Amino acid sequence: MAVMEMKEAINQALKEEMIRDEKVFILGEEVAEYNGAYKVTKGLLDHFGPKRVIDTPISETGFTGLAVGAAMMGLRPVVEFMSFNFSFVAFDQIISNAAKMYYMSGGLFNIPMVMRGPNGAGPRVSSQHSHNVESLYAHFPGLRVMSPSNPADAKGMLKSAIRCNDPVIFLENELAYSLKGEVPDGDNLVPIGKGDIKREGTDVTIIAWSRMMSLAKAAAEELAKEGIHAELLDPRTLKPLDMPLIAASVKKTNRVVVVEEGHYFCGLGSQVAESIYRDLFDYLDAPIQRIAQGENPMPYAANLEAATLPSVEKIVMAAKQAAYRA
Amino acid sequence: MASTKNEVSSLTKEKLVEMLEKMLVIRHFEEASIKAYQQKKIAGFLHTYIGQEAVGVGTLAHKLPQDSVVTTYRCHGLYLALGGNPKAGMAELFGRITGCARGKGGSMHFFSKEHNFLGGHGIVGGQFGVGIGAAFKSNYDEDNAVSMIFFGDGATVQGTLHESMNLAALWDLPAIFICEDNQYGMGTACTRAIANTDIASKAEAYGIKGYTLNGMDLHEVHDRMGEIIKEVRATRRPVLIHMKTYRYFGHSVSDAGLYRTKDEVDSWKAKDPIQVISRGLIESKGLSEDEFKNLQKKIKSQVQEAVDFADESPEPPIEELTQHVYMDEAGNP
Ligand SMILES: Cc1ncc(C[n+]2csc(CCOP(=O)(O)OP(=O)(O)O)c2C)c(N)n1
Repeated sequence: MAVMEMKEAINQALKEEMIRDEKVFILGEEVAEYNGAYKVTKGLLDHFGPKRVIDTPISETGFTGLAVGAAMMGLRPVVEFMSFNFSFVAFDQIISNAAKMYYMSGGLFNIPMVMRGPNGAGPRVSSQHSHNVESLYAHFPGLRVMSPSNPADAKGMLKSAIRCNDPVIFLENELAYSLKGEVPDGDNLVPIGKGDIKREGTDVTIIAWSRMMSLAKAAAEELAKEGIHAELLDPRTLKPLDMPLIAASVKKTNRVVVVEEGHYFCGLGSQVAESIYRDLFDYLDAPIQRIAQGENPMPYAANLEAATLPSVEKIVMAAKQAAYRA
Repeated sequence: MASTKNEVSSLTKEKLVEMLEKMLVIRHFEEASIKAYQQKKIAGFLHTYIGQEAVGVGTLAHKLPQDSVVTTYRCHGLYLALGGNPKAGMAELFGRITGCARGKGGSMHFFSKEHNFLGGHGIVGGQFGVGIGAAFKSNYDEDNAVSMIFFGDGATVQGTLHESMNLAALWDLPAIFICEDNQYGMGTACTRAIANTDIASKAEAYGIKGYTLNGMDLHEVHDRMGEIIKEVRATRRPVLIHMKTYRYFGHSVSDAGLYRTKDEVDSWKAKDPIQVISRGLIESKGLSEDEFKNLQKKIKSQVQEAVDFADESPEPPIEELTQHVYMDEAGNP
């Protein structure tokens, strides 16, 4: 076990998978000589050379399309979006090509490709740089969506994503890149579709992923002081959802809060809630509470930004409401 | 299509002083913004225009009221060159309600309706469509305007530029595509990102004219852009301008700039337009050292006033959060 930052864990996963499989290569803006805009790909150019760690021009449509074609021919590209905000420039390649190719070719061409990079709000970067994209990409059949909340998961999940034979959207978070945690040595894969209980509890299940799990942890501490024992469930893979894990937890606590950083309307949390209502309605003792970002673009001003994002206080309040203790 | 420098500039002392003043406002404003960033009064990204002042000031000297301007996130300089209020600019950087976008946009998203300044845009290549749309409007309304679209060298490889140049050429849209080539897109030298770095030559592919100008030379920018803008106004044919310039600081304040040598940076600073113009004014146009010093003093205090104004301005009220999502009431949640 070594303690490392999230970005280091992701770096290790990339490095180990590139050593394991020479078909794996990385491309994206500033990934090579600059060592990545957030230093996630640090040292990889030195280790693997410019054939496998490739700086691209600012041409998201072009290089994402290139990755799809290379994947069809048997390579395993890892595309880094400097942030997922810029994946919108490549949206057509991701949706019309990467997501659909295997199906519409009748199984002839699969796309073993990972698209990764930071998702969600950076600090104070305003409307065009703060999107949460999980609900968008999870909508389209053909894509898998993963988003880790700690370094150990990040490493194990990314390794599984790179070995996956389908396109995977792998969502990191800029504000969590320096989050530290223990990472087991060796080849520890976190399977796609497997969630994890981050804290056991009996009174309410808080479902949260990525950076929101850190907020949920702080909320659970607060709630414990008031005698409310929250169970923290991290789905880790957002599509497909680990419904067996969610079911086991809901059957235990009978109350649910879903926390996401993205907007409320059609946010991924609405799908999580619907899946629970559909499969587990009889086990619920209270309506599901959702915490999400407000229905407005991200503002720049500090006070407005804080007001629109989920917070520990908002999660505590929602959990109390779910537990009828508000 | 190489450029020819006008040896004899048409510029009067008054015009030169006016433009020097604009360049100084930008320079001091940006320096103050870096300082305020270090004091944590400004957050997020901060991309300064220092080094590129002659491009914006020399070009926008020809802007008529009906013309429009759009650019990237590196937008403070053009906003100020257009005559945007430094107080509202600084307040935007501070995230205050008195900012030019009510504290909602921040550094990357300055706007000014009175100048038809259609914004600072955060997505590389995102502004091209906006720019040709403004040019389209001008033809539609027959108001004889032109649309000036500024972008970086890094954006020349986005598909949107090429789609927009094609549309503009196809439909005779008075769009002036102005590439501010500061040699780098973040840490990537343009030679590592652009297959053909002769930007102006790309015009030929769309059957329009391309020009290469020395963006460090205010006289050249001013005089040549004057002719070019006049021509576009008359012919309604789009043009592509390659301005060679340089940013003295990192891409944004968080960039240490390790990909460039000090010698390289210094060699560009030696051509600094503010120094060249002020020296020229003093040596051959009769501006006294004292007059120049007073000018600098005046602008410094103007910028300080802007900083104080921003500092004293209130944050946006919380209701502001859900205002301007939609214009019509029915759309509001
Ligand atoms: C579509 C998109 N991809 C990536 C980025 C991140 N990014 C911001 S600025 C920049 C470099 C742009 O360089 P250039 O166009 O030369 O303009 P300059 O910053 O030099 O003025 C990059 C890659 C972005 N904002 N948008």
